[in-house]
Amino acid sequence: MTAPILEARGMSKSFYGVEVLRDVSLELAAGSVHALVGENGAGKSTLMKILAGVYQRDAGQVLFDGAEVDFTHPIQAMRAGLATVFQEFNLLPERTVAENIFLGREPRRAGFVDTRGMANATASLLGELGIDFIDSNARVASLSVAEQQIVEITKALSFDARVIQMDEPTAALADHEVELLHSIIGRLKARGVAILYVSHRLKEVFDLCDTLTVLKDGALVWSGPTSEVTHDSLVRMMVGRAISTYFPPALGTTTVGDARLTISGGGNGYVDGIDLEVRAGEIVGVAGLQGAGRTELAEAIFGAVPFTRGTVTLDGRPVRLRSARRAVKEGIALITEDRKAQGLALQQSVIDNTLLVIRGVFASRTRTVRREAPGILSSLEVSFRGLDQEVQFLSGGNQQKVVLTKWLATKPRVVLLDEPTRGIDVGAKVAVYQLMRELANQGVAILMVSSELPEIIGMSDRILVMHGGRIAAELEPGSSEEAILAAATGTIAGSREDAA
Amino acid sequence: MTTTTTTRPRRRVRLDSTVIVYIALVVVIVIGAILVNTVGRNFFSLGSIRDILTGMSVLGLVAVGQTVVILTGSLDLSVPYVISLSSLIAAETMRGNPNNIAQGVLFALAFAAVVGLANGLVVTKLKVNGFIATLGVGLIVKGYLDTNYQGSAGSVPAEFQFIGATGIGPVPISTIIMLALATVVFLFLKKTRTGHHIYAVGGSVEVSRLSGLRTARPVIFAHVICSVMAGLAGLLLASRLGVGSPTVGSQGGYDLLSIAAVVLGGTLLGGGRGSIWGTIGGVAIFAVLDSVMSAIQFNPFLKDVVRGVVIVAAVAIYTGRGLERRRTRFATKEVKR
Repeated sequence: MTAPILEARGMSKSFYGVEVLRDVSLELAAGSVHALVGENGAGKSTLMKILAGVYQRDAGQVLFDGAEVDFTHPIQAMRAGLATVFQEFNLLPERTVAENIFLGREPRRAGFVDTRGMANATASLLGELGIDFIDSNARVASLSVAEQQIVEITKALSFDARVIQMDEPTAALADHEVELLHSIIGRLKARGVAILYVSHRLKEVFDLCDTLTVLKDGALVWSGPTSEVTHDSLVRMMVGRAISTYFPPALGTTTVGDARLTISGGGNGYVDGIDLEVRAGEIVGVAGLQGAGRTELAEAIFGAVPFTRGTVTLDGRPVRLRSARRAVKEGIALITEDRKAQGLALQQSVIDNTLLVIRGVFASRTRTVRREAPGILSSLEVSFRGLDQEVQFLSGGNQQKVVLTKWLATKPRVVLLDEPTRGIDVGAKVAVYQLMRELANQGVAILMVSSELPEIIGMSDRILVMHGGRIAAELEPGSSEEAILAAATGTIAGSREDAA
Repeated sequence: MTTTTTTRPRRRVRLDSTVIVYIALVVVIVIGAILVNTVGRNFFSLGSIRDILTGMSVLGLVAVGQTVVILTGSLDLSVPYVISLSSLIAAETMRGNPNNIAQGVLFALAFAAVVGLANGLVVTKLKVNGFIATLGVGLIVKGYLDTNYQGSAGSVPAEFQFIGATGIGPVPISTIIMLALATVVFLFLKKTRTGHHIYAVGGSVEVSRLSGLRTARPVIFAHVICSVMAGLAGLLLASRLGVGSPTVGSQGGYDLLSIAAVVLGGTLLGGGRGSIWGTIGGVAIFAVLDSVMSAIQFNPFLKDVVRGVVIVAAVAIYTGRGLERRRTRFATKEVKR
C-alpha cells in the first residue's frame, strides 16, 4: 500500500465557541474515491473547507504528498493541486468556459492573451474527461448545472489537481447527468487523482467509493473500506442517536379537522404532479434531499413562483394564488429558509419587521397589531433591548421568532415553514416546535419543509418525501430515518407511485 | 468509454445585445430618414452625415471610457469636470504656440490620469461606492474650476484647431480618432489579462478573489482609462472651440449622457457584461436622434423627452431579456392532453 496523498490528523474547529469538528482524521489514497458521509451538521462541509483553505483549523495537521501544508487561501490549495468543487460554483456566468478555467492565469503570446490557445487547451482538457459537447467559447450562463459542474472539474484538472473534493456533486443533477459525472470520476481515478466525495445518496457511496469516513456531530464514527459496511450498518452509524425528547406531543387531544389546503395536479417548472392535503390542526412534514423541490413546493403554494397547472383549494373554496400578496390575503404564511435575505429587513427595527406584512397587505390593521405586537413577542420569549432595536443585532433564534411574529400577526390559516430551525440554538428550537404545535391545536394547517430528519419525524403527523420535483412517497408518522432516506434517494418506489 | 451519449441540451437562441443595438440603430435611421424626407430634406446628404459623425466623436470618447468603468461595476460622474479642466490646461499650456502642442496634450492627459487614479483608489482602497467617490472627486475639480476661471481661457494654435475642423470626405478626423481609440480599448479588453480581469471583477469580486486575482487593479486601471478618455474629449473640444472652457464639460451633460449611451449599448450597469461596439452603437443612436430632431425642427423640450423614452425603453427591453431564470425541470405551461 502506497503512502496516502492526503492525510489529515486530529482536525478540530469551533465557531463562536461551538465545536463543529472534533479530532477528526482522514486518509486519501491516490486513484481512489473516498466518501465523506454524515447527516446535516455532522461537520462534512467544515472539514472540506478547512482542507480547501477556506477556513483555518484550530488544531490538527494536514500532510499533502508527505509534506505538511497550511493553506490560508483557496488559491494556494488549488495551485498545490488540491481543488474543490463547491455546491455553489465559483464561475462567472457572463464569461466563456475557457475564460473561466484560465481566469487569473490566461496564457499569453507576445504579451496578449492567447484566446485561441486558451480555447484549444480547454477543449483538450475537456477531451481528457471524455467531454465533446461543451464548447470552450460558450458562455457559462448558457450551460446546464451539470455542464457547469464539469467546467469546475475541468478547472481543477487544469491546475493538475491530485486531490479533488466534491461537495454533494449530484444534489442538483438528473439521473443521466449523474451517470456522466460518475464516468468522469472514473477517468479521474484512472489518472491517479484522489477524490473526496461528500454525498447524501448512500447508493452512490456504495457504487462509487472505495473507502469511506462517517462523521456525526463533528466527530469521527468510522473509517474504512466501503466493502466492510452494509447499507443498514451505514445508516445506523450516521443516525445513531435517539430522537430527542424535545418535541411536543403529536396531535394528542386535538382532533384533525377538515382539509384546509388541498392541491391536486399542481405543477410549474420546478415541481410537478403535486397532490396533497393539509387538514386543520395537522403538521405535515416534507422531507427530501437538496434540490428535490421542497422549497420550490413551498414557493409554489405561496404564489412566489406560482403553480402553472393544477388546482388549489382553501377551506373548500378554489383559489388562484398568482402572487405572494394574493396568498397572504388568503391567509397563507411562508417562513422562508433564508431568514436574513428573505425573512427580515436586517437594518430595520424589531417593530418595523413585525409590522412588515401587516403594513403592506392589511394596512388598516396596523394600529391594532402595533398594540398587540409586544404581547406576541414576549409570549414567544423574544429577548431584545427595545422595539426599535435593529434585528441584525439579535441572535438567530430571536430573529426567527421575529419572523414568526410577523406572520402570526396576519392570523394565517395555513403556515408554510421552510427549514424553521436552521441555525438557531436548541432553546429557540424547542420554542419554535411548541409554537408550531400550539398553532396546529388552534386549527392552523402547517406544512414544514426540513432537512433535519429527527425534526421531520418528531414533529410531523404525516410525512411527504420529495424526489426529483415530485412527491415520491407519503409515510406514516414515526417512520424511521432509513425509510425516509430510502424514499428520498429514490431507492424504493414510493407508495404514491404504486397507488397511481 | 470513448463515446459519451449525452443529448445536447436545448439552448435558448439569444441574440447578442450588440446585434440588437445595431438593429435598433438601423430602425432609428430608417424612421429618421423618412421623417427628414417629409420636411423636404435629405437625411443622407454629406452635410447631415458629417453632422452625425461629428456629434458622435466627443460623446464616443467619453462613453468608451465610461464603458470600461461600468464593466468593473463602478461608475464615473467626474468626467464633465475632467473634460473642462483638461481643455483649459491644454489651451493655457499651448498659448497659441504650435511648439507647445505636445506639451499641452501631455499635461492635460497627465492631469486626467491623476484624477482617474484618485477615483480608482477611493473606490478600491477606501471602499467608497463609485457613484459617491467620483461625484466627490468631480466636485473637487469643479470647485477648482469655479474659483479659478470666470470664462474661457488660453488659446490653441490653428494647427491644433485643424484636428477638430477637417475630415476625409464626410468623415471628420475627430471621429476617426474616436473610432481608432475605441478599437484600441476593444482590443485591450479582449486581448490583455487586465482586460479580462475587468470583466471578471465586474462579474463577481468574490469569484475573482477566489481565483487569485488582485481585484483592485482592474478597477483602478479602468478609472484611469475612463479619465484619460475624458481628457481626450476635452482636448478635442478645445480644438473645436479654439480656447479652453470651464463649462464645456458640464454643459454637454457628458456624465449622464455617456452612462446612458453605455447602457443603451447593452452593457450591464452592474458590470461584467457589455461591449465597446455596443456603446458606439448607443452613441450613434443618440447622434442620429439629435440630427433628425434638429432637421425637422423638433420642439427642443420634446427632444429630451424622446431621448428619455429611448433610454428607458432600451433598458426595459434588456432587463426583460437578460433575466436568467432558474432552470426548470418541468414544462411551465399547462400540459395539453
